[in-house]
Amino acid sequence: MAIFKKPTFRGSGDKKRDMPEGLWQKCPDCGEVIHELELKKNLRTCSNCNHHFTLSAQERIDGLADPGSFEELDRTLTSIDALGFKTYTEKIEKYRKATGLNEAVVTGRMRIIGHSAMLCVMDFRFLGASMGSAVGEKITRAIETATSEKSAVVIVSASGGARMHEGILSLMQMAKTSGALALHGQAKLPFISVLTHPTTGGVTASFATLGDIILAEPGCMIGFAGPRVIKETTHQELPEGFQTAEFMHEHGLIDMIVERRDLRDRLAALLGYLLP
Amino acid sequence: MRPMMLDYVASCFEEFIELHGDRHIGDDAAMPAGLARIAGQRCVVIGHEKGRETREKLRRNFGSANPEGYRKALRVMRMAEKFGLPVVTIIDTPGAYPGIGAEERNIAEAIAFNLREMMLLRTPVVAAVIGEGGSGGALGIGVADRVLMMENAYYSVISPEGCAAILWKDRKHAQEAAEAMKLDANNLNRLEVIDEIVPEPKNGAHSDPAVAADLLKAAIVRNLKDIVNVPIDELLERRYAKFRRMGQFDETES
Ligand SMILES: [Zn+2]
Repeated sequence: MAIFKKPTFRGSGDKKRDMPEGLWQKCPDCGEVIHELELKKNLRTCSNCNHHFTLSAQERIDGLADPGSFEELDRTLTSIDALGFKTYTEKIEKYRKATGLNEAVVTGRMRIIGHSAMLCVMDFRFLGASMGSAVGEKITRAIETATSEKSAVVIVSASGGARMHEGILSLMQMAKTSGALALHGQAKLPFISVLTHPTTGGVTASFATLGDIILAEPGCMIGFAGPRVIKETTHQELPEGFQTAEFMHEHGLIDMIVERRDLRDRLAALLGYLLP
Repeated sequence: MRPMMLDYVASCFEEFIELHGDRHIGDDAAMPAGLARIAGQRCVVIGHEKGRETREKLRRNFGSANPEGYRKALRVMRMAEKFGLPVVTIIDTPGAYPGIGAEERNIAEAIAFNLREMMLLRTPVVAAVIGEGGSGGALGIGVADRVLMMENAYYSVISPEGCAAILWKDRKHAQEAAEAMKLDANNLNRLEVIDEIVPEPKNGAHSDPAVAADLLKAAIVRNLKDIVNVPIDELLERRYAKFRRMGQFDETES
């Protein structure tokens, strides 16, 4: 976060109304108003302050996989309302329509600068990429397939945590995915975990922190408990930059912070090194 | 008040030698662990202890463990593996501690690491949820060959208050949230998340702690007996398969 910020327009309330829907985006960090085309060119990072905007799963896959190399798995797999929970069914339907996805994670085989790997990408737009049975199942299958095909796994995480609407079944996905990684690890295959904004709760407390190598995008929020819960429980002020990628790096909890524009090269280099 | 972990350790086990510390940072009083003996069988026992009086509650952090607790738990499990001792875990926590230090010392990883390593632990594991099975903090010692749950315990992805605060925008709806999440023993049994319900005295475990302890002990001993002689590779396959099956989803083309 820069100390000196480029002056931007004030009175953001009015500006939003003037912005044609979808063509202009306002940077949530510095307030810069950026044209969609420029944002796209910069892999959806702010040219002013380097804020990394959230990507859809498709945008992430397009940015990582060699063109035409992504082979999606289990595309039709989706959640059901196992507990009869309030309006969960309608909610899933709504997010399916809004995102064009069947679930909050997209999984498949890919090549990345020639190196093949299993890729799982969470899409925060789909119910906060919370982990329910379907997310857990898709990730578990992807890991199991990678184990049997002797390939590496790359998971790009972003998640609000467990999917409460599925109660205990969502909690158990933590054990299921971590178990699949246990077998993948036993087969001496690499798992690279990429943390993006935000990665929290049950996803952080399962596969996301189990990477042989853990990368994070700059500025992203990473944590187990939410900051509000911590504040309410401890009655303490949270330290500056608490639960950011930089904080995690400083405390030795992740290997490196990687700019989005470098992520593809970095992943390819690591995969090439670990699985030559 | 319901009996707590150390109450059951005292009443169900003939012997308990407490061990301390994660060998890195500290000793977590919210997660006692040690060498024990139950019905003559040597084992280790590990669990969450909430503490009874105010001072004890504070010392035990109300049963909310920090990363050190989960790491001590795994250290003791590894020792159990080394000496061929089965593991008994006793779950009773509102959740892992949401604190600044806990985050700094990677509470998420401490739990995740246990989930992964318990799946590979080459010794039998029986877990019993005796009161509160709060979220990842409970599961962090809950990857077991047999998961038992006392009749009036709960086991949930989030506390009813937390769920109500998020989905109803008001903690007052905790009762509704609890019902909606189906976190009681019968529902968990139906969802095949637990293996057995441990009955309690008619008016609950607190009404007759001695009888409650007898019932819990019987269930632990019987389940241990069932699995201690299973070849370890087969046991590990079954353990994996059990958790692998959990979850409900649909994959028909729509
Ligand atoms: Zn910016």
